[in-house]
Amino acid sequence: MRAPRLSSAERWRDLRIVSRGDAVYRVALLALALVLPLLLLAIVGGLVVGAWPAIKQFQFGFLTRSVWDPVAGQFGALPLIFGTLYSSLLAMLIAVPLALGAAIFLTEFAPRWMRGPVGTLIELLAGVPSVIYGLWGLFVLIPLQRDIIWPIVKPALRWLPFFSGPFYGPSVLAGGTILAIMVLPYVAAVSREVLRAVPPAQREAALALGATRWEAVWTVILPYGRAGIFGAVVLGLGRALGETMAVTMLIGNRHEISLSLVQPGYTIAAAVANEFAEAVSSMHLSALVYCGLVLFVITVIVNAAARWLIWRVARGSAAGSAAV
Amino acid sequence: MRRIHTLVLAAAAALAAAGPLAAQNIRITGAGATFPYPIYSKWVLEYTSLHNNIQINYAAIGSGGGIRQFSDHTVAFGATDGPMTDSMIGAVNGNVIHIPTVLGSVVPTYNIPGVTQQLKFTGDLLAGIFLGQITNWNDSRIAAVNPGVSLPNQDIVVVHRSDGSGTTYIWTDYLSKVNSEWSRRVGKATSVNWPVGLGGQGNPGVAATVSRTPGAIGYVELIYAIQNRIPYGTVRNRSGNFIQASLASTTAAAAGAMASIGADTDFRISITDPDGADAYPIASFTWLLLPKQMSDPVTARPLLEFVWWATHDGQRFTEALDYASLPAPVVRLIEARLKSITLNGTPVLPANYGGRGR
Repeated sequence: MRAPRLSSAERWRDLRIVSRGDAVYRVALLALALVLPLLLLAIVGGLVVGAWPAIKQFQFGFLTRSVWDPVAGQFGALPLIFGTLYSSLLAMLIAVPLALGAAIFLTEFAPRWMRGPVGTLIELLAGVPSVIYGLWGLFVLIPLQRDIIWPIVKPALRWLPFFSGPFYGPSVLAGGTILAIMVLPYVAAVSREVLRAVPPAQREAALALGATRWEAVWTVILPYGRAGIFGAVVLGLGRALGETMAVTMLIGNRHEISLSLVQPGYTIAAAVANEFAEAVSSMHLSALVYCGLVLFVITVIVNAAARWLIWRVARGSAAGSAAV
Repeated sequence: MRRIHTLVLAAAAALAAAGPLAAQNIRITGAGATFPYPIYSKWVLEYTSLHNNIQINYAAIGSGGGIRQFSDHTVAFGATDGPMTDSMIGAVNGNVIHIPTVLGSVVPTYNIPGVTQQLKFTGDLLAGIFLGQITNWNDSRIAAVNPGVSLPNQDIVVVHRSDGSGTTYIWTDYLSKVNSEWSRRVGKATSVNWPVGLGGQGNPGVAATVSRTPGAIGYVELIYAIQNRIPYGTVRNRSGNFIQASLASTTAAAAGAMASIGADTDFRISITDPDGADAYPIASFTWLLLPKQMSDPVTARPLLEFVWWATHDGQRFTEALDYASLPAPVVRLIEARLKSITLNGTPVLPANYGGRGR
């Protein structure tokens, strides 16, 4: 008797039925894959439960109120939200050009012997504990900014709303600068990998058409890797939004909204870290958890927006995002 | 038959041997304030080396955490720098006793270029500065209590704690008592809505910001100021004397405050701005929280014996760590309070208890 001929799909089905091990393997992998999303949901759930008394009392007004008075039990997070976004924005404004410059130099211009050591040194910045950054900021950065740089630049900048008022030291400027230094290694390292992934043929084609090296970088290499570089920036931004210790040591910790960079500010992460241990009343505690929830939502929104932007950008140069 | 008998005997002997072994490890856990952590860990070290069948773990997680963990019954005792409020005590059905252990005080520290003399402050002066009403060091109100000091034309920069803290509680408790506007606008708590100023993280953050900011004034724990040789000002007390904060003047504050307090006190008392010619006015107890009715028969007596020891023999370790010790009248009240704690309706400590031997 001749065996009936099987189509390829049927043969696969047969094989699958025979192999019980595969089924177990599948279930095990599924479980592992679900652990992380479940963990995320558990975190959200925990935050919502903890924040519930504050959510019930203040509702969404919490996001637009500026008062923070633990004695009276009145809480609003607007200055914290503003400070978090403002200091992170400042940090990215400082860090991105520096990090991109370093990445471009290391991949395109630096002599070969220099690439390894300098790259490693930049990445070493990521290994410094944040409290060390905070102390360095307190004892080196702030005196430098306040006593040496500020007296020189003050006459030229004082008319700008970003530099109004007296500069005592602890400020959004100091906090943002330290954040910039802290996120720089992340942005630089990822950007460097992205630029390295640009195929040599692209570079050579630009040069063959008569472009200078600068033009090759600006018109071919950067556009090719823009999605990946954008991903690097978002990675840095995510870290800046949640950084706590160094920021709280330098930002002045004041619940106030001010455009001026030389005035103190506050961030969500810093406020939670500062007040959680000694928050005695349950509404105070709940308001802090509510702050944590807000920070979580901000991070999710920033990441989602970034993914959407990367998707938009990457349609032109899909290969460039491969490195992310 | 005889073999079974022997087995039973052997088992009984083994059980008897295991009995004391089981008692070997009495574990007591506590959690709370960070301010008294150095002295508490010293006490634990000394006490457990005297009684090596007892293990005591104290986690310095902050006063708020201490109160919460105590209320949730996850620890045998709590510790706090600010007493529990009436509503918190209601939440544990009144089953709590506050036991003062040591005293701390808070001092104003400042950085005024060109001024080397020790400045004098009054309560109204400090409240005015921290309310943002006195904004320059050459203000006549500061000069009025500091004759002979030439104060510069320099803006005042207020520095306060950014983290919730017992230090802030003591400071704002004092300002609330001496200044009605402060009491109305700001109040007292471990963190408050500061009218002006910069926030520094912890005592080191405040001290560093003050020492590096010309014109700054802040407040730090006396212990921190002593150990880091930070200059600080004197404060006028109720009797009109300008008092330099010290361990002795802090203990005097407790003694002064206790003079007007009855024997039935629950110890949730503020001793800021007390009576007494030598009393430093910005001082406070720090408390242990114990249940009135204990539920664990294993740890009840060892815990109370430890607290008794800490408030008696243990007080001799305070000075080396720069804490002010309890005045004698307070210790006598504590004795009565500890003896009132019960386990299943009967007092844990005998009425004639006078401390464990050794």
